[in-house]
Amino acid sequence: MDKTYLYYPGCTLKTKAKELDAYALQSMEMLGIPCKELDEWQCCGAVYPQATDEIATRLSAARALEEARQKDCDLLTLCSACHHVMKRVNHDIASDADIRMKVNNYSEFETPYAGETKVVHFLEMLRDTIGFAELKKRVLNPLTGRKIGAYYGCLLLRPSNVMQFDDPENPYIMEEFLHAIGAEPVLYSYRNECCGGYVALDDPALVQKVCTKVLHSAEQKGAEVLVTACPLCKYNLTKHDSGDVPTYYFTELLAEALGVKE
Amino acid sequence: MLVDEKGMQEEVIRMSGTEPKKCMLCGKCSATCPPSMDMDVRPHRFVKNVKAGNIEALMESESLWKCLSCFACVERCPRGVEPASLVEAVRLLVIRQQGKNYLTADDIPELIASDEEIPQQLIVSAFRKYSK
Amino acid sequence: MLVCWCGSNIAGTVDINTVVEASKREPGVVYATDYQYMCAEGGQAMVRRAIEEHSLTGIVVSACSPRMHETTFRKAAAAAGLNPYMVEIANIREHCSWVHKDKEVGTEKAVVLMRAAIAKLNLNTPLFPGESGVIKRALVIGGGIAGIQTALDIADAGYEVDIVEKSPTIGGTMAQLDKTFPTLDCAACILTPKMVDAAQHDKITLYTYSEVDEVSGFVGNFSVKIRQKARCINSKLCNGCGDCIEKCPAKKAKSEFDEGLANRKAIYVPFAQAVPNVPVIDQTQCLKFKTGKCGLCEKVCLPKAINFEQQDEIIEKEYGVIIAATGFRPLSPERYGEYGYGQLPDVITSLEFERLMNAAGPTGGALLRRSNGEKPKSIVFIQCVGSRAEPDKGKSYCSKICCMYTAKHAMLVRDKYPNIDVSVFYIDVRTPGKNFDEFYRRAVEQYGVNYIKGMVGKIAEEDGRLRVQGSDLIEDTQIFVDADLVVLATAVEAQASARPLGTMLTASMDQNNFFSESHAKLRPVESPTAGIFLSGVCQGPKDIPETVAQAGAAAVKALGILSKDKLIGNPCIAGPDELLCNGCASCEKVCPYGAITYADKEINDHGHRTTRHVAEINEAICQGCGACTVTCPSGAMDLKGFTNRQIMAEVDAICR
Repeated sequence: MDKTYLYYPGCTLKTKAKELDAYALQSMEMLGIPCKELDEWQCCGAVYPQATDEIATRLSAARALEEARQKDCDLLTLCSACHHVMKRVNHDIASDADIRMKVNNYSEFETPYAGETKVVHFLEMLRDTIGFAELKKRVLNPLTGRKIGAYYGCLLLRPSNVMQFDDPENPYIMEEFLHAIGAEPVLYSYRNECCGGYVALDDPALVQKVCTKVLHSAEQKGAEVLVTACPLCKYNLTKHDSGDVPTYYFTELLAEALGVKE
Repeated sequence: MLVDEKGMQEEVIRMSGTEPKKCMLCGKCSATCPPSMDMDVRPHRFVKNVKAGNIEALMESESLWKCLSCFACVERCPRGVEPASLVEAVRLLVIRQQGKNYLTADDIPELIASDEEIPQQLIVSAFRKYSK
Repeated sequence: MLVCWCGSNIAGTVDINTVVEASKREPGVVYATDYQYMCAEGGQAMVRRAIEEHSLTGIVVSACSPRMHETTFRKAAAAAGLNPYMVEIANIREHCSWVHKDKEVGTEKAVVLMRAAIAKLNLNTPLFPGESGVIKRALVIGGGIAGIQTALDIADAGYEVDIVEKSPTIGGTMAQLDKTFPTLDCAACILTPKMVDAAQHDKITLYTYSEVDEVSGFVGNFSVKIRQKARCINSKLCNGCGDCIEKCPAKKAKSEFDEGLANRKAIYVPFAQAVPNVPVIDQTQCLKFKTGKCGLCEKVCLPKAINFEQQDEIIEKEYGVIIAATGFRPLSPERYGEYGYGQLPDVITSLEFERLMNAAGPTGGALLRRSNGEKPKSIVFIQCVGSRAEPDKGKSYCSKICCMYTAKHAMLVRDKYPNIDVSVFYIDVRTPGKNFDEFYRRAVEQYGVNYIKGMVGKIAEEDGRLRVQGSDLIEDTQIFVDADLVVLATAVEAQASARPLGTMLTASMDQNNFFSESHAKLRPVESPTAGIFLSGVCQGPKDIPETVAQAGAAAVKALGILSKDKLIGNPCIAGPDELLCNGCASCEKVCPYGAITYADKEINDHGHRTTRHVAEINEAICQGCGACTVTCPSGAMDLKGFTNRQIMAEVDAICR
């Protein structure tokens, strides 16, 4: 547990999703996990550039990844989109010689970067560094009796061959987390289906359709609230719920359980 | 205007890094796609059209702006085809042309004013997807 | 020198006349000619005549691959009194005319290949094959319908057969089925009589609850160690009364026969018609084994057949032939999480469905939901689950039987419960077989089964039902079907035990762990390893009629060996030059057949008599693979018919 994590917050966690960020940092401090924010982070771009010839849009992620290597740290992410972009760009650099060469040519790192950094999501850190059993012991205010649906969305899970986060169709890490903080996880079928993402800006009606499906799926299985790791998921779901099933960041519940929520 | 559709097809396949010829037309992508019914060219037909080289028609398609990039089609395709990557490649063909941005900077202030809850992530990602 | 045109196959890209004329200038060639089809009767007659008229001591045939017609020309040579190993084939078709387009290049290469063959032939010596005896007993590995049929056919021809079956009963997957397509007769009704026939046949011995541990030897003379696992029952004393099962208090084990849909006792027979009708104690479940207490079965057993002390027994037997009949397992669909199998109790596999429909199954044949025991109103079947996928997403092949069994399932449901709606999601309906497409059409036309062309993307649990989200490709729409039960037509997968067995048998396997056949078209039931035959699905997906046909074919091929008193061996085997052998034993280590041993021998080394430790070849075991010849550091080991000198002469001729 000595290793310091290098934390990459991303654009939204310093603005519209301050609570996702703040509760995470407070919880980490409480749990005694050393963590340092990246000095000069840039926005990851929010979406992964799928086209193989998109190089410039991979550079800011490459920069963060390379800095973590320099500092010999794992790169810690919290926002699903940042995690997705970091993980996939890292994978591209490690596995695609053409992308690796071009990224390095642009970036002019002192030592060429070849994907050495490990990208870790906050949930993975809870599971692997602290352990959910240990976390359970540290909980002061267990969320007993609270029926909570984990909402994974897409970006943490897919494509599973690159993300290697959890079972892409039957994920369980958030449910384990919910167990640890004393809540009762509610399994529902649409927990890994998309919230509509960025299309919200162009076609809110479409997003409303997909969000309604997710919300109905959770509600009919008895979920009282949803938790997510993604500001955009939270925005879309909140906008389209009828007030019955509100969505929270998972870090807010963590902070509450650990007794550090102000 | 005479368009080199063959060249465009090759470009799409190269950019996407996926091979539409592997498709067996099982329709699983279109079955799984959340906005499937909001697309004029649904995912399996998108793949089929790339395979057939009908890139110009795809560049006119509404589907380009409906794909959520949720990767459900990529995850579940039994043949290892990535329909979402093909959609992305054709979308890039469109927005990389001068004046063909689907969203421009001028549109943003009004959008932000309409809803103060909009997270930065939404603006950035939509901008990345819809303009160059 | 005889040059074949092979119609235009060779003559199209090789100038035959040039090859013939060039050959006449080669050392040792006294006669050269050509013919359109050398393999045809006229060509063979020409071969015989040439040998006789010109008193030839060897011939080269420039033609197709030796795999194709070497045997043909050897026979023709033998008929004319020439040692058949004085025939060389220059492959100027597969290696030459078929791969070249330019006639000049093709001709040049044909001349070079011809020269190499002549150079080799000049060093050939007549070879005489040895003989070995045949043990008149067959081993069939696997006791499903394939193994049973093969065993019955061999036994009926008068030879002894042993069946080794790893589970406690013979019958295999077919015993689990309800009805069989395309005639809908009940599987048990047609299978159980065969099981009884096999058990009662005086030429057949069953080793159930047994596995093959070790195989050595070669065609005609295999030695096999069979591990008979401890049943903890003395089979000779047991009268099959079932009192022990009745009394057994440990009842939480999942029944393998019922695909885990029902429980069984720790002491059990898999099903009522099991053969032999002798129970087995599952030591992982038995209280006596787990806690040392209980022993109720022992107390109630009148013939005193229970024996907790029983150990695995190794039986060593010898066989002339071995037939693999290891069958298949349905692929577990758990990895396709979008269908929810393992999470949603009402999503089941086809084989589970067979058990649910079976009158002897866990529900007595009542089709009920797994979640709440209620009768379903709507059932969806999904085909191609795990089949026709990229290798990292499933099986690359079509499993062949799923279209038909799904049509059967759909039809049986509609027949028994006309009020249940039945839909089938399919990619293609593949029904090549006698009365097969007619069967599928009956499902549609007579029974009103709703076939939807398109795959399913997700199954969600919604308000207590299953929401099946699929494609209707004909309508080009996404559709949602609410179902109470979903049945997944899972891919056929080779048994996990197939590859280790293949290794034991030195039989080659394909990338999907099916046994490879010797020739896809002409030798479909033989393994390339002599004396090993293939029966049923262990060779690739097939339905029951095909399996039974292939099982019979494998029996006939096996009988072809069993009915011989002597087998003519392959004379192209290894032999050491004892003067050169330095006794290092490298060859012994690499020999895959165990054909090489070392012995102290008195050697006459240019007049000096010394005793040396040298290699010896068991000519009956050596298969002529050549591994030893390339391993031998002193060049002492040579392969007859392919000696180092002969091969170097070929290389020299090519480089000349």
